[in-house]
Amino acid sequence: MSDPLSRLLETRDWLLADGATGTNLFNMGLSSGEAPELWNTDQPENILALYRSAVAAGSDIFLTNSFGANAARLKLHGAEGRVRELNRIAAELGREVADAAGHAVVVAGSMGPTGEIMAPMGALTHEIAVEIFHEQAEGLKEGGADVLWVETISAAEEFRAAAEACQRAGMPWCGTMSFDTAGRTMMGVTSAQMAALVDRLAHPPIAFGANCGVGAADLLRTILGFVAAGPERPVIAKGNAGIPKYHDGHIHYDGTPDLMAEYAVLARDAGATIIGGCCGTMPEHLRAMRNALETRPRGPRPTLDEIAAKIGGFSSASDGTGEEAAGRERRGRRRG
Amino acid sequence: MADDDIILSELDDEELVLQMHDDLYDGLKEEIEEGVRILLDRGWAPYDVLTKALVAGMTIVGADFRDGILFVPEVLLAANAMKAGMAILKPLLAETGAPKVGKMVIGTVKGDIHDIGKNLVGMMMEGAGFEVVDLGINNPVEKYIEALEREEADILGMSALLTTTMPYMKVVIDTMKEKGMRDDFIVLVGGAPLNEEFGRAIGADAYCRDAAVAVQTAKDFMARKHNSLA
Repeated sequence: MSDPLSRLLETRDWLLADGATGTNLFNMGLSSGEAPELWNTDQPENILALYRSAVAAGSDIFLTNSFGANAARLKLHGAEGRVRELNRIAAELGREVADAAGHAVVVAGSMGPTGEIMAPMGALTHEIAVEIFHEQAEGLKEGGADVLWVETISAAEEFRAAAEACQRAGMPWCGTMSFDTAGRTMMGVTSAQMAALVDRLAHPPIAFGANCGVGAADLLRTILGFVAAGPERPVIAKGNAGIPKYHDGHIHYDGTPDLMAEYAVLARDAGATIIGGCCGTMPEHLRAMRNALETRPRGPRPTLDEIAAKIGGFSSASDGTGEEAAGRERRGRRRG
Repeated sequence: MADDDIILSELDDEELVLQMHDDLYDGLKEEIEEGVRILLDRGWAPYDVLTKALVAGMTIVGADFRDGILFVPEVLLAANAMKAGMAILKPLLAETGAPKVGKMVIGTVKGDIHDIGKNLVGMMMEGAGFEVVDLGINNPVEKYIEALEREEADILGMSALLTTTMPYMKVVIDTMKEKGMRDDFIVLVGGAPLNEEFGRAIGADAYCRDAAVAVQTAKDFMARKHNSLA
């Protein structure tokens, strides 16, 4: 039995995912500090509007408003007892919008990081991390999500824990990590390492890739890193609409709809199949991306120089792939 | 491999300190504890053990993190090893009246619930020998002010991950100015959407790109503070 996302992937050679959740909700009046997931019950009409805006802009896939709806994050708002409910409703609202779309739209149950640091560096054990993700996964499943969508992960350990949780829930899933530190994740994972990690999972994702990070150009470099590893499954590109800039007391992302359209075409040419945005990506960006993907022909795989020329340069000279690890010279060998 | 085993107690002082730098780099907690005890048994002043063995070792770790050779997991293991050594030294340092490295109050600003960067800075500051008072997430200005005064802190660290919350840092700094207490503290700010220009614009002492830079910046400012007092 195949799932709706796999069926869609069989008929299309690219799919448009959605844009920002946070940026859009802030524009609807979410105050900072508030958990966006509480709006699933407090302001459900805003969440429906968010989902509908993505579908209306041409998204084939949209993510539910459940990014931080795990016990570790909700605890910061005293809402750790509402994990199941908030995830179920996030997915139910998504189901309502997708089923009314009149064409196939995939409801992807967003699962963000726990925010905790995993053992042995931090206190969060694998077992507890799996339980935290599993509780969320069951809520999303119950609400009717088509797939689970693990995103913005930094640590390989946390990615593995989320994979196990999806398996425990018996759900297909997609997974993306955030490469924001000199081309690696905060925890040092390179694109090549993530591609290898995905292939070793007992319950591998339908598709894997990158989201958020440092802007559209860096994200495309990461995509080229995945593709160089010869992945067996579709690659996901969900980059930010440029970089946040501070001007006279307010902040905006500097990526225009035109830039994101260029990014979408480059992402497809680089080898990504599922293409969307992340922070700062609004419906007008999505419409421009959809239009570009539909009207512009496929081109050859872009080089780093071509990417930099079209949408801007990279945040670091290297992304940590294709080089020998520079180690520090040690005095002697330790027992080991 | 028995041949490769290093017996810490058989090394002379200089060798042992260098080995401890390596062991910190590798995040070997028990070896660091053993090294600290050996140096103390040899009559080293606790403050010398702290600065020459531990802080000097963490400086190497910080430099390699800054240069992209080490990443957060390795640095956290090193900081954990450092903390284990520090736990032995802490009571002795208090007894001997040794100079303190410094005390930092840290928290994410009002409206911001993203705390992983703040937690990393806290752990690495502790790893560098600082005392850290963690106020957690979503802090209104009153909470920062109250903690700075109560703790007699040297440094205020504020973190924001959202473009919508970073302007609140200015509210905190402006309030400190109004109360005439701004110059009593070193104010460091950090978080993904910030940059140096922003730090300057709101009147912080420094923007810190990552946790290693935060530690180094804090150390530099503390050194200046000690110099100006001397």
